Amino acid sequence: MSLLRVIRPGLAGTLQDLGRVGYRALGVPVAGAMDPLALQLANALVGNRRDEACVEILALGPLLDVEADSVRIAVCGSARLTLGRDGTYRPLEAERSHTLRRGDRLEIGPVLGAAVAYLAVGGGFDLDPVLGSLSTSVKGAIGPLGGRALAAGSVLPLKAGRTGVGGDLALAAPFTYGDGPLRVILGPQAGHFTPEAVAMFLSAPYRVGKDCDRMGLRLEGPVLVHAGEAGIASDGLVAGCIQVPGNGQPILLLADHQTVGGYAKIATVISADLPRAARAVPGQVFTFLAVTLDEARLARQELDRRLQAALTRLCLVVPGVDLSALYYANLVSGMVDAVDGD
Amino acid sequence: MRIWPVGDGAFSVEFGDRIDPAANAKVMALCAAVLDGGHIPGLVEVVPSFRSLLVVVDPLLYAMVEGRVRALAQDLPEVTRTEGRLWEIPTVYDGPDLDAVAAATGMGRDAVIVLHSGQTYGVAMLGFMPGFAYMTGVAEALRLPRRVEPRVRVPAGSVAMADEMTAIYPWDSPGGWHLLGRTSVELFNLDNTPPAMLAPGDRVCFVPVTS
Repeated sequence: MSLLRVIRPGLAGTLQDLGRVGYRALGVPVAGAMDPLALQLANALVGNRRDEACVEILALGPLLDVEADSVRIAVCGSARLTLGRDGTYRPLEAERSHTLRRGDRLEIGPVLGAAVAYLAVGGGFDLDPVLGSLSTSVKGAIGPLGGRALAAGSVLPLKAGRTGVGGDLALAAPFTYGDGPLRVILGPQAGHFTPEAVAMFLSAPYRVGKDCDRMGLRLEGPVLVHAGEAGIASDGLVAGCIQVPGNGQPILLLADHQTVGGYAKIATVISADLPRAARAVPGQVFTFLAVTLDEARLARQELDRRLQAALTRLCLVVPGVDLSALYYANLVSGMVDAVDGD
Repeated sequence: MRIWPVGDGAFSVEFGDRIDPAANAKVMALCAAVLDGGHIPGLVEVVPSFRSLLVVVDPLLYAMVEGRVRALAQDLPEVTRTEGRLWEIPTVYDGPDLDAVAAATGMGRDAVIVLHSGQTYGVAMLGFMPGFAYMTGVAEALRLPRRVEPRVRVPAGSVAMADEMTAIYPWDSPGGWHLLGRTSVELFNLDNTPPAMLAPGDRVCFVPVTS
Protein backbone atom coordinates (compact mmCIF):
# COMPACT_ATOMS: atom_id res chain seq x y z
CA MET A 1 0.00 0.00 0.00
CA SER A 2 1.19 3.52 -0.81
CA LEU A 3 0.93 5.92 2.08
CA LEU A 4 2.19 8.82 4.10
CA ARG A 5 3.08 7.83 7.64
CA VAL A 6 2.68 10.40 10.41
CA ILE A 7 5.84 10.44 12.52
CA ARG A 8 4.92 13.55 14.52
CA PRO A 9 1.38 14.94 14.24
CA GLY A 10 1.95 18.67 14.76
CA LEU A 11 -1.02 20.44 16.29
CA ALA A 12 -4.56 19.33 15.53
CA GLY A 13 -4.13 18.51 11.84
CA THR A 14 -7.30 16.98 10.37
CA LEU A 15 -8.58 15.64 7.05
CA GLN A 16 -11.01 18.14 5.49
CA ASP A 17 -12.78 18.59 2.18
CA LEU A 18 -15.45 21.15 1.30
CA GLY A 19 -17.73 19.94 4.10
CA ARG A 20 -20.42 17.42 4.97
CA VAL A 21 -23.58 18.72 3.38
CA GLY A 22 -27.04 17.40 4.12
CA TYR A 23 -26.85 16.30 7.76
CA ARG A 24 -27.18 19.55 9.71
CA ALA A 25 -30.81 18.76 10.48
CA LEU A 26 -29.52 15.73 12.47
CA GLY A 27 -27.14 17.92 14.46
CA VAL A 28 -24.07 16.91 12.44
CA PRO A 29 -21.71 19.87 11.89
CA VAL A 30 -20.77 20.69 8.30
CA ALA A 31 -17.06 20.93 9.17
CA GLY A 32 -14.87 21.16 6.06
CA ALA A 33 -11.96 23.45 5.26
CA MET A 34 -11.75 26.71 7.20
CA ASP A 35 -10.18 28.22 4.06
CA PRO A 36 -11.79 26.46 1.10
CA LEU A 37 -9.87 28.70 -1.32
CA ALA A 38 -6.46 27.42 -0.17
CA LEU A 39 -7.74 23.83 -0.23
CA GLN A 40 -8.86 24.21 -3.85
CA LEU A 41 -5.59 25.86 -4.88
CA ALA A 42 -3.54 23.10 -3.23
CA ASN A 43 -5.58 20.52 -5.13
CA ALA A 44 -5.07 22.33 -8.43
CA LEU A 45 -1.30 22.29 -7.92
CA VAL A 46 -1.27 18.48 -7.76
CA GLY A 47 -3.81 18.00 -10.56
CA ASN A 48 -6.72 16.94 -8.34
CA ARG A 49 -10.39 17.72 -8.48
CA ARG A 50 -10.78 20.93 -6.57
CA ASP A 51 -12.85 19.33 -3.79
CA GLU A 52 -10.47 16.46 -2.96
CA ALA A 53 -9.72 16.09 0.77
CA CYS A 54 -6.52 17.65 2.13
CA VAL A 55 -4.78 17.68 5.48
CA GLU A 56 -5.74 20.94 7.16
CA ILE A 57 -2.84 22.20 9.24
CA LEU A 58 -3.41 24.49 12.20
CA ALA A 59 -0.41 26.38 13.58
CA LEU A 60 2.15 23.56 13.26
CA GLY A 61 2.21 20.82 10.67
CA PRO A 62 3.17 17.15 10.84
CA LEU A 63 6.34 15.23 10.08
CA LEU A 64 5.55 12.66 7.36
CA ASP A 65 7.41 9.75 5.81
CA VAL A 66 6.75 8.86 2.18
CA GLU A 67 6.04 5.18 1.68
CA ALA A 68 5.17 5.24 -2.02
CA ASP A 69 7.22 5.09 -5.22
CA SER A 70 6.51 8.77 -5.74
CA VAL A 71 3.88 11.32 -4.77
CA ARG A 72 3.22 14.89 -5.82
CA ILE A 73 2.40 17.17 -2.89
CA ALA A 74 1.59 20.85 -2.48
CA VAL A 75 1.04 23.02 0.55
CA CYS A 76 -1.06 26.19 0.25
CA GLY A 77 -0.70 28.68 3.06
CA SER A 78 2.55 30.04 4.41
CA ALA A 79 3.94 26.98 6.09
CA ARG A 80 7.65 26.33 6.46
CA LEU A 81 8.51 23.10 4.64
CA THR A 82 11.60 20.96 4.91
CA LEU A 83 12.47 17.94 2.80
CA GLY A 84 14.71 15.26 4.24
CA ARG A 85 16.26 13.12 1.50
CA ASP A 86 19.30 10.84 1.66
CA GLY A 87 20.30 12.23 5.04
CA THR A 88 20.28 15.89 4.01
CA TYR A 89 17.65 18.53 4.66
CA ARG A 90 16.61 21.46 2.50
CA PRO A 91 13.75 23.93 2.52
CA LEU A 92 10.86 23.56 0.05
CA GLU A 93 8.60 26.32 -1.16
CA ALA A 94 4.91 26.37 -0.36
CA GLU A 95 2.29 27.31 -2.97
CA ARG A 96 3.76 24.97 -5.57
CA SER A 97 3.90 21.22 -6.02
CA HIS A 98 6.90 18.98 -5.37
CA THR A 99 7.52 15.40 -6.35
CA LEU A 100 8.60 13.28 -3.40
CA ARG A 101 9.84 9.71 -3.52
CA ARG A 102 10.05 6.70 -1.26
CA GLY A 103 12.10 7.33 1.86
CA ASP A 104 11.63 11.11 1.75
CA ARG A 105 10.67 12.83 4.97
CA LEU A 106 8.49 15.97 4.74
CA GLU A 107 8.38 18.29 7.69
CA ILE A 108 5.62 20.90 7.67
CA GLY A 109 6.64 23.42 10.28
CA PRO A 110 4.86 26.45 11.69
CA VAL A 111 2.09 28.11 9.69
CA LEU A 112 3.02 31.77 9.43
CA GLY A 113 0.71 34.78 9.29
CA ALA A 114 -2.52 32.79 8.98
CA ALA A 115 -4.33 30.15 10.99
CA VAL A 116 -4.37 27.40 8.39
CA ALA A 117 -2.52 25.71 5.54
CA TYR A 118 -3.45 22.70 3.40
CA LEU A 119 -1.48 19.68 2.23
CA ALA A 120 -2.78 18.14 -0.99
CA VAL A 121 -1.48 14.88 -2.47
CA GLY A 122 -1.79 13.98 -6.15
CA GLY A 123 -4.66 11.54 -6.62
CA GLY A 124 -5.99 12.16 -3.12
CA PHE A 125 -6.16 10.11 0.04
CA ASP A 126 -7.61 6.60 -0.17
CA LEU A 127 -10.06 6.87 2.72
CA ASP A 128 -13.74 6.01 3.01
CA PRO A 129 -16.12 8.96 3.18
CA VAL A 130 -18.29 9.21 6.29
CA LEU A 131 -21.80 10.50 5.55
CA GLY A 132 -20.57 11.47 2.10
CA SER A 133 -17.51 13.46 3.13
CA LEU A 134 -13.88 13.16 4.23
CA SER A 135 -14.23 16.15 6.55
CA THR A 136 -13.47 15.70 10.22
CA SER A 137 -15.74 17.00 12.95
CA VAL A 138 -13.76 16.44 16.10
CA LYS A 139 -16.56 17.10 18.59
CA GLY A 140 -18.77 14.25 17.39
CA ALA A 141 -15.77 12.23 16.15
CA ILE A 142 -17.26 12.07 12.65
CA GLY A 143 -14.92 11.58 9.71
CA PRO A 144 -11.99 9.51 8.48
CA LEU A 145 -9.32 8.31 10.96
CA GLY A 146 -12.13 7.69 13.45
CA GLY A 147 -13.12 11.35 13.27
CA ARG A 148 -9.93 12.37 15.05
CA ALA A 149 -6.94 14.59 14.41
CA LEU A 150 -3.69 13.13 13.08
CA ALA A 151 -1.69 11.26 15.69
CA ALA A 152 1.82 9.82 15.75
CA GLY A 153 1.60 6.58 13.78
CA SER A 154 -1.48 7.60 11.75
CA VAL A 155 -1.41 6.23 8.24
CA LEU A 156 -2.68 8.29 5.29
CA PRO A 157 -3.21 5.87 2.37
CA LEU A 158 -2.74 7.28 -1.13
CA LYS A 159 -4.96 6.46 -4.11
CA ALA A 160 -2.02 6.77 -6.50
CA GLY A 161 1.17 4.78 -5.94
CA ARG A 162 3.26 7.03 -8.17
CA THR A 163 2.97 10.39 -9.86
CA GLY A 164 1.59 10.67 -13.35
CA VAL A 165 3.11 12.51 -16.29
CA GLY A 166 3.75 16.24 -16.18
CA GLY A 167 5.91 18.49 -14.10
CA ASP A 168 5.39 20.37 -10.91
CA LEU A 169 3.15 23.42 -10.92
CA ALA A 170 3.13 26.75 -9.10
CA LEU A 171 0.51 29.46 -8.64
CA ALA A 172 1.00 32.23 -11.19
CA ALA A 173 0.86 34.66 -8.24
CA PRO A 174 0.16 34.33 -4.54
CA PHE A 175 -3.60 34.42 -3.92
CA THR A 176 -4.68 37.59 -2.15
CA TYR A 177 -7.52 37.62 0.37
CA GLY A 178 -8.14 41.36 0.41
CA ASP A 179 -8.23 43.57 3.45
CA GLY A 180 -10.43 46.25 4.95
CA PRO A 181 -13.45 45.64 7.16
CA LEU A 182 -15.13 42.25 7.23
CA ARG A 183 -18.41 42.70 5.40
CA VAL A 184 -21.53 41.50 7.18
CA ILE A 185 -25.25 41.35 6.70
CA LEU A 186 -26.93 42.48 9.91
CA GLY A 187 -29.07 39.94 11.72
CA PRO A 188 -30.85 37.63 11.95
CA GLN A 189 -31.24 39.03 15.50
CA ALA A 190 -29.78 42.56 15.27
CA GLY A 191 -33.08 43.70 16.78
CA HIS A 192 -32.11 41.98 20.05
CA PHE A 193 -29.43 44.63 20.60
CA THR A 194 -29.68 48.31 21.49
CA PRO A 195 -29.19 50.67 18.51
CA GLU A 196 -26.04 51.90 20.28
CA ALA A 197 -24.70 48.34 20.38
CA VAL A 198 -25.29 47.85 16.66
CA ALA A 199 -23.56 51.19 15.93
CA MET A 200 -20.68 50.17 18.21
CA PHE A 201 -20.34 46.80 16.46
CA LEU A 202 -20.10 48.57 13.09
CA SER A 203 -17.47 51.07 14.19
CA ALA A 204 -15.25 49.68 16.95
CA PRO A 205 -12.24 47.41 16.38
CA TYR A 206 -12.54 43.84 17.63
CA ARG A 207 -9.46 41.79 18.36
CA VAL A 208 -9.24 38.03 17.80
CA GLY A 209 -8.72 36.43 21.23
CA LYS A 210 -6.49 33.51 22.15
CA ASP A 211 -9.39 31.12 22.50
CA CYS A 212 -9.84 30.11 18.85
CA ASP A 213 -10.45 26.79 17.18
CA ARG A 214 -12.31 25.31 14.23
CA MET A 215 -15.63 26.05 15.94
CA GLY A 216 -15.12 29.78 16.21
CA LEU A 217 -13.15 32.93 16.97
CA ARG A 218 -13.71 34.76 20.22
CA LEU A 219 -13.56 38.50 19.61
CA GLU A 220 -12.63 41.09 22.21
CA GLY A 221 -13.81 44.68 22.13
CA PRO A 222 -16.47 47.03 23.45
CA VAL A 223 -19.33 45.16 25.15
CA LEU A 224 -22.41 44.75 22.94
CA VAL A 225 -25.49 45.34 25.06
CA HIS A 226 -28.59 43.24 24.42
CA ALA A 227 -31.89 45.11 24.36
CA GLY A 228 -33.43 42.22 26.28
CA GLU A 229 -32.16 38.76 27.09
CA ALA A 230 -29.06 37.33 25.38
CA GLY A 231 -30.85 34.03 24.92
CA ILE A 232 -33.25 33.18 22.09
CA ALA A 233 -35.19 30.04 21.25
CA SER A 234 -32.31 28.08 19.67
CA ASP A 235 -32.22 28.23 15.89
CA GLY A 236 -30.01 27.14 13.01
CA LEU A 237 -26.51 28.53 12.51
CA VAL A 238 -24.09 28.93 9.62
CA ALA A 239 -20.37 29.65 9.55
CA GLY A 240 -19.98 33.42 9.67
CA CYS A 241 -22.73 33.98 12.24
CA ILE A 242 -21.60 36.37 14.97
CA GLN A 243 -23.35 35.37 18.16
CA VAL A 244 -23.17 37.40 21.33
CA PRO A 245 -23.54 35.67 24.71
CA GLY A 246 -24.47 37.51 27.89
CA ASN A 247 -20.97 38.92 28.40
CA GLY A 248 -21.38 41.05 25.25
CA GLN A 249 -18.22 39.70 23.57
CA PRO A 250 -18.94 38.37 20.07
CA ILE A 251 -18.06 34.88 18.80
CA LEU A 252 -17.60 34.42 15.04
CA LEU A 253 -18.62 30.88 14.14
CA LEU A 254 -16.39 28.86 11.83
CA ALA A 255 -16.51 25.55 9.96
CA ASP A 256 -17.03 23.14 12.87
CA HIS A 257 -19.68 25.20 14.67
CA GLN A 258 -22.63 23.39 16.22
CA THR A 259 -25.73 23.31 14.06
CA VAL A 260 -28.05 25.29 16.36
CA GLY A 261 -27.49 27.82 19.10
CA GLY A 262 -29.37 29.92 21.61
CA TYR A 263 -27.54 33.26 21.58
CA ALA A 264 -28.72 36.28 19.60
CA LYS A 265 -26.75 36.82 16.38
CA ILE A 266 -26.01 40.47 15.66
CA ALA A 267 -24.70 39.87 12.12
CA THR A 268 -23.30 37.29 9.71
CA VAL A 269 -20.06 37.61 7.70
CA ILE A 270 -20.70 37.35 3.96
CA SER A 271 -19.44 34.28 2.12
CA ALA A 272 -16.82 36.25 0.16
CA ASP A 273 -15.10 37.40 3.37
CA LEU A 274 -15.45 34.22 5.43
CA PRO A 275 -12.18 32.54 4.29
CA ARG A 276 -10.29 35.69 5.29
CA ALA A 277 -11.97 35.67 8.71
CA ALA A 278 -11.20 31.97 9.19
CA ARG A 279 -7.49 32.58 8.50
CA ALA A 280 -7.27 35.10 11.34
CA VAL A 281 -4.72 34.56 14.09
CA PRO A 282 -5.00 35.75 17.71
CA GLY A 283 -4.26 39.44 18.06
CA GLN A 284 -5.53 40.34 14.60
CA VAL A 285 -7.99 43.24 14.61
CA PHE A 286 -11.17 43.45 12.54
CA THR A 287 -13.77 46.08 11.95
CA PHE A 288 -17.16 45.26 10.43
CA LEU A 289 -19.08 46.89 7.60
CA ALA A 290 -22.77 46.26 6.90
CA VAL A 291 -23.60 45.53 3.26
CA THR A 292 -26.71 44.53 1.32
CA LEU A 293 -27.48 41.14 -0.18
CA ASP A 294 -26.78 42.59 -3.63
CA GLU A 295 -23.36 43.81 -2.54
CA ALA A 296 -22.65 40.42 -0.98
CA ARG A 297 -23.57 38.64 -4.22
CA LEU A 298 -21.30 40.89 -6.30
CA ALA A 299 -18.45 40.34 -3.82
CA ARG A 300 -18.95 36.58 -4.06
CA GLN A 301 -19.00 36.69 -7.87
CA GLU A 302 -15.75 38.65 -7.83
CA LEU A 303 -14.13 36.17 -5.43
CA ASP A 304 -15.29 33.20 -7.54
CA ARG A 305 -13.88 34.89 -10.64
CA ARG A 306 -10.50 35.46 -8.98
CA LEU A 307 -10.39 31.91 -7.64
CA GLN A 308 -11.25 30.47 -11.04
CA ALA A 309 -8.48 32.55 -12.62
CA ALA A 310 -5.96 31.34 -10.05
CA LEU A 311 -7.05 27.70 -10.46
CA THR A 312 -6.69 27.73 -14.22
CA ARG A 313 -3.51 29.81 -14.60
CA LEU A 314 -0.76 27.68 -13.12
CA CYS A 315 2.91 27.83 -14.12
CA LEU A 316 5.07 24.87 -14.92
CA VAL A 317 7.98 25.03 -12.51
CA VAL A 318 11.40 25.49 -14.10
CA PRO A 319 13.98 23.58 -12.08
CA GLY A 320 16.41 25.92 -10.38
CA VAL A 321 14.20 29.02 -10.57
CA ASP A 322 12.77 30.07 -7.26
CA LEU A 323 9.19 31.24 -7.11
CA SER A 324 9.77 34.72 -5.76
CA ALA A 325 12.01 35.41 -8.74
CA LEU A 326 9.38 33.94 -11.03
CA TYR A 327 6.66 36.15 -9.59
CA TYR A 328 8.93 39.18 -9.72
CA ALA A 329 10.01 38.80 -13.30
CA ASN A 330 6.76 37.23 -14.43
CA LEU A 331 8.87 34.80 -16.41
CA VAL A 332 6.62 31.92 -17.00
CA SER A 333 7.78 28.93 -18.93
CA GLY A 334 4.30 27.95 -19.93
CA MET A 335 0.80 28.37 -18.68
CA VAL A 336 -1.24 25.24 -18.29
CA ASP A 337 -4.86 24.70 -17.43
CA ALA A 338 -5.32 22.77 -14.24
CA VAL A 339 -7.50 19.72 -14.54
CA ASP A 340 -10.77 20.72 -12.97
CA GLY A 341 -13.04 17.88 -11.98
CA ASP A 342 -16.22 19.92 -11.77
CA MET B 1 -44.10 34.72 9.22
CA ARG B 2 -40.89 36.70 8.64
CA ILE B 3 -37.78 35.96 6.63
CA TRP B 4 -34.36 37.21 7.77
CA PRO B 5 -31.10 36.81 5.87
CA VAL B 6 -28.42 34.85 7.73
CA GLY B 7 -25.53 36.20 5.71
CA ASP B 8 -25.74 35.70 1.93
CA GLY B 9 -25.67 31.90 2.19
CA ALA B 10 -28.81 31.25 4.24
CA PHE B 11 -32.07 32.73 5.45
CA SER B 12 -34.33 32.02 8.39
CA VAL B 13 -38.09 31.69 8.04
CA GLU B 14 -39.50 32.53 11.47
CA PHE B 15 -42.89 31.71 12.90
CA GLY B 16 -42.83 33.74 16.12
CA ASP B 17 -39.93 34.06 18.52
CA ARG B 18 -40.63 31.55 21.28
CA ILE B 19 -40.79 27.81 21.79
CA ASP B 20 -44.33 26.92 20.84
CA PRO B 21 -45.85 23.69 19.46
CA ALA B 22 -48.00 25.57 16.92
CA ALA B 23 -44.96 27.40 15.54
CA ASN B 24 -42.99 24.15 15.46
CA ALA B 25 -45.78 22.48 13.48
CA LYS B 26 -45.58 25.27 10.89
CA VAL B 27 -41.80 24.85 10.72
CA MET B 28 -42.18 21.14 10.05
CA ALA B 29 -44.92 21.76 7.47
CA LEU B 30 -42.68 24.22 5.62
CA CYS B 31 -39.73 21.85 5.92
CA ALA B 32 -41.80 19.10 4.30
CA ALA B 33 -43.08 21.46 1.61
CA VAL B 34 -39.53 22.55 0.73
CA LEU B 35 -38.14 19.02 0.66
CA ASP B 36 -41.11 17.43 -1.13
CA GLY B 37 -41.92 20.27 -3.50
CA GLY B 38 -39.55 19.28 -6.24
CA HIS B 39 -35.99 20.36 -6.96
CA ILE B 40 -35.19 23.96 -6.04
CA PRO B 41 -31.97 25.02 -7.80
CA GLY B 42 -29.57 26.61 -5.31
CA LEU B 43 -31.11 24.96 -2.24
CA VAL B 44 -28.38 23.30 -0.16
CA GLU B 45 -30.17 22.05 2.94
CA VAL B 46 -32.70 22.98 5.63
CA VAL B 47 -32.43 22.99 9.43
CA PRO B 48 -35.72 22.98 11.33
CA SER B 49 -35.75 24.38 14.87
CA PHE B 50 -38.37 25.28 17.50
CA ARG B 51 -39.95 28.17 15.63
CA SER B 52 -37.88 28.76 12.51
CA LEU B 53 -36.56 27.00 9.44
CA LEU B 54 -33.00 27.78 8.37
CA VAL B 55 -32.64 27.45 4.59
CA VAL B 56 -29.03 27.12 3.40
CA VAL B 57 -28.48 28.26 -0.20
CA ASP B 58 -25.91 28.87 -2.89
CA PRO B 59 -25.14 32.57 -2.34
CA LEU B 60 -25.42 33.29 -6.07
CA LEU B 61 -28.99 31.92 -6.14
CA TYR B 62 -30.20 33.37 -2.83
CA ALA B 63 -32.97 35.53 -4.27
CA MET B 64 -34.41 32.73 -6.38
CA VAL B 65 -34.55 30.23 -3.51
CA GLU B 66 -35.94 32.84 -1.14
CA GLY B 67 -38.73 33.58 -3.61
CA ARG B 68 -39.66 29.91 -3.90
CA VAL B 69 -39.60 29.29 -0.15
CA ARG B 70 -41.53 32.50 0.61
CA ALA B 71 -44.28 31.36 -1.74
CA LEU B 72 -44.39 27.96 -0.04
CA ALA B 73 -44.48 29.58 3.43
CA GLN B 74 -47.36 31.87 2.45
CA ASP B 75 -49.32 28.97 1.08
CA LEU B 76 -48.83 26.37 3.80
CA PRO B 77 -51.63 23.84 4.03
CA GLU B 78 -53.75 24.06 7.19
CA VAL B 79 -51.32 22.58 9.67
CA THR B 80 -52.54 19.43 11.30
CA ARG B 81 -49.82 18.24 13.59
CA THR B 82 -48.75 14.95 12.06
CA GLU B 83 -48.11 12.27 14.61
CA GLY B 84 -44.62 10.91 14.19
CA ARG B 85 -43.33 7.60 15.43
CA LEU B 86 -43.83 6.79 19.12
CA TRP B 87 -40.70 5.66 20.95
CA GLU B 88 -40.59 4.09 24.40
CA ILE B 89 -37.22 4.72 26.03
CA PRO B 90 -36.35 2.36 28.90
CA THR B 91 -34.92 4.63 31.57
CA VAL B 92 -33.18 3.94 34.87
CA TYR B 93 -34.21 6.85 37.08
CA ASP B 94 -31.11 7.14 39.26
CA GLY B 95 -29.70 10.47 38.01
CA PRO B 96 -27.44 12.58 40.22
CA ASP B 97 -29.89 15.53 40.14
CA LEU B 98 -33.02 13.58 41.13
CA ASP B 99 -32.87 14.70 44.78
CA ALA B 100 -32.11 18.31 43.87
CA VAL B 101 -35.03 18.36 41.41
CA ALA B 102 -37.30 16.85 44.08
CA ALA B 103 -36.24 19.52 46.55
CA ALA B 104 -36.56 22.38 44.06
CA THR B 105 -40.01 21.33 42.92
CA GLY B 106 -41.24 20.46 46.41
CA MET B 107 -42.20 16.91 45.50
CA GLY B 108 -40.74 13.52 46.34
CA ARG B 109 -38.26 11.59 44.18
CA ASP B 110 -40.97 9.14 43.21
CA ALA B 111 -43.35 11.92 42.21
CA VAL B 112 -40.65 13.41 39.95
CA ILE B 113 -40.21 10.03 38.26
CA VAL B 114 -43.97 9.51 37.88
CA LEU B 115 -44.42 12.98 36.42
CA HIS B 116 -41.45 12.78 34.00
CA SER B 117 -42.32 9.29 32.79
CA GLY B 118 -46.04 10.07 32.61
CA GLN B 119 -45.77 12.52 29.72
CA THR B 120 -45.46 12.00 26.00
CA TYR B 121 -42.89 14.41 24.61
CA GLY B 122 -42.60 15.78 21.09
CA VAL B 123 -39.25 16.02 19.27
CA ALA B 124 -39.09 19.67 18.19
CA MET B 125 -35.62 19.69 16.65
CA LEU B 126 -32.18 18.07 16.55
CA GLY B 127 -28.99 19.94 17.20
CA PHE B 128 -26.30 20.88 19.72
CA MET B 129 -24.51 17.63 18.83
CA PRO B 130 -25.20 14.78 16.40
CA GLY B 131 -28.46 13.03 17.30
CA PHE B 132 -29.33 15.30 20.25
CA ALA B 133 -33.13 15.73 20.18
CA TYR B 134 -34.82 18.63 21.93
CA MET B 135 -38.17 17.29 23.21
CA THR B 136 -40.84 19.59 24.57
CA GLY B 137 -43.72 18.92 26.94
CA VAL B 138 -42.20 18.78 30.44
CA ALA B 139 -45.02 19.15 33.01
CA GLU B 140 -45.34 22.67 34.46
CA ALA B 141 -44.62 21.43 37.98
CA LEU B 142 -41.27 19.98 36.89
CA ARG B 143 -39.90 22.95 34.97
CA LEU B 144 -36.60 24.28 36.30
CA PRO B 145 -34.05 26.60 34.71
CA ARG B 146 -30.69 25.13 33.72
CA ARG B 147 -28.19 24.38 36.49
CA VAL B 148 -26.19 27.40 37.63
CA GLU B 149 -23.00 25.36 37.31
CA PRO B 150 -22.97 23.36 34.07
CA ARG B 151 -21.21 20.01 34.27
CA VAL B 152 -17.94 19.62 32.41
CA ARG B 153 -18.91 16.07 31.48
CA VAL B 154 -22.39 14.61 31.21
CA PRO B 155 -22.16 10.88 30.40
CA ALA B 156 -23.64 9.60 27.14
CA GLY B 157 -27.12 8.14 27.68
CA SER B 158 -28.07 10.64 30.38
CA VAL B 159 -31.78 11.54 30.47
CA ALA B 160 -32.03 15.21 31.37
CA MET B 161 -34.38 18.17 31.46
CA ALA B 162 -34.32 21.98 31.54
CA ASP B 163 -37.28 24.36 31.34
CA GLU B 164 -39.98 22.80 29.15
CA MET B 165 -37.46 20.50 27.44
CA THR B 166 -36.15 17.02 28.04
CA ALA B 167 -33.41 15.20 26.14
CA ILE B 168 -30.99 12.30 26.04
CA TYR B 169 -27.28 13.05 25.64
CA PRO B 170 -26.02 10.87 22.74
CA TRP B 171 -22.36 11.60 23.58
CA ASP B 172 -20.29 12.50 26.61
CA SER B 173 -20.32 16.28 26.61
CA PRO B 174 -20.50 19.36 28.79
CA GLY B 175 -24.07 20.13 29.82
CA GLY B 176 -26.20 22.24 32.12
CA TRP B 177 -29.43 20.24 32.24
CA HIS B 178 -30.73 18.33 35.27
CA LEU B 179 -29.83 14.64 35.10
CA LEU B 180 -32.77 12.41 36.04
CA GLY B 181 -31.57 9.04 34.80
CA ARG B 182 -29.96 7.08 32.00
CA THR B 183 -30.78 4.86 29.07
CA SER B 184 -28.76 2.46 26.95
CA VAL B 185 -30.67 3.33 23.77
CA GLU B 186 -28.23 4.29 21.01
CA LEU B 187 -29.34 7.62 19.55
CA PHE B 188 -26.71 8.06 16.86
CA ASN B 189 -24.96 5.40 14.81
CA LEU B 190 -23.14 6.12 11.56
CA ASP B 191 -24.01 2.64 10.28
CA ASN B 192 -27.74 3.40 10.35
CA THR B 193 -29.67 5.31 7.71
CA PRO B 194 -30.40 7.92 8.85
CA PRO B 195 -27.77 7.86 11.58
CA ALA B 196 -29.98 9.69 14.10
CA MET B 197 -32.69 7.55 15.72
CA LEU B 198 -35.08 10.40 16.53
CA ALA B 199 -36.55 12.85 14.03
CA PRO B 200 -38.55 16.04 14.49
CA GLY B 201 -42.23 15.17 14.93
CA ASP B 202 -41.49 11.90 16.72
CA ARG B 203 -43.08 11.31 20.14
CA VAL B 204 -41.17 9.88 23.06
CA CYS B 205 -42.12 8.26 26.39
CA PHE B 206 -39.67 7.36 29.13
CA VAL B 207 -40.46 4.01 30.72
CA PRO B 208 -38.97 3.41 34.19
CA VAL B 209 -36.90 0.24 34.45
CA THR B 210 -34.63 -0.96 37.24
CA SER B 211 -31.51 -1.72 35.21
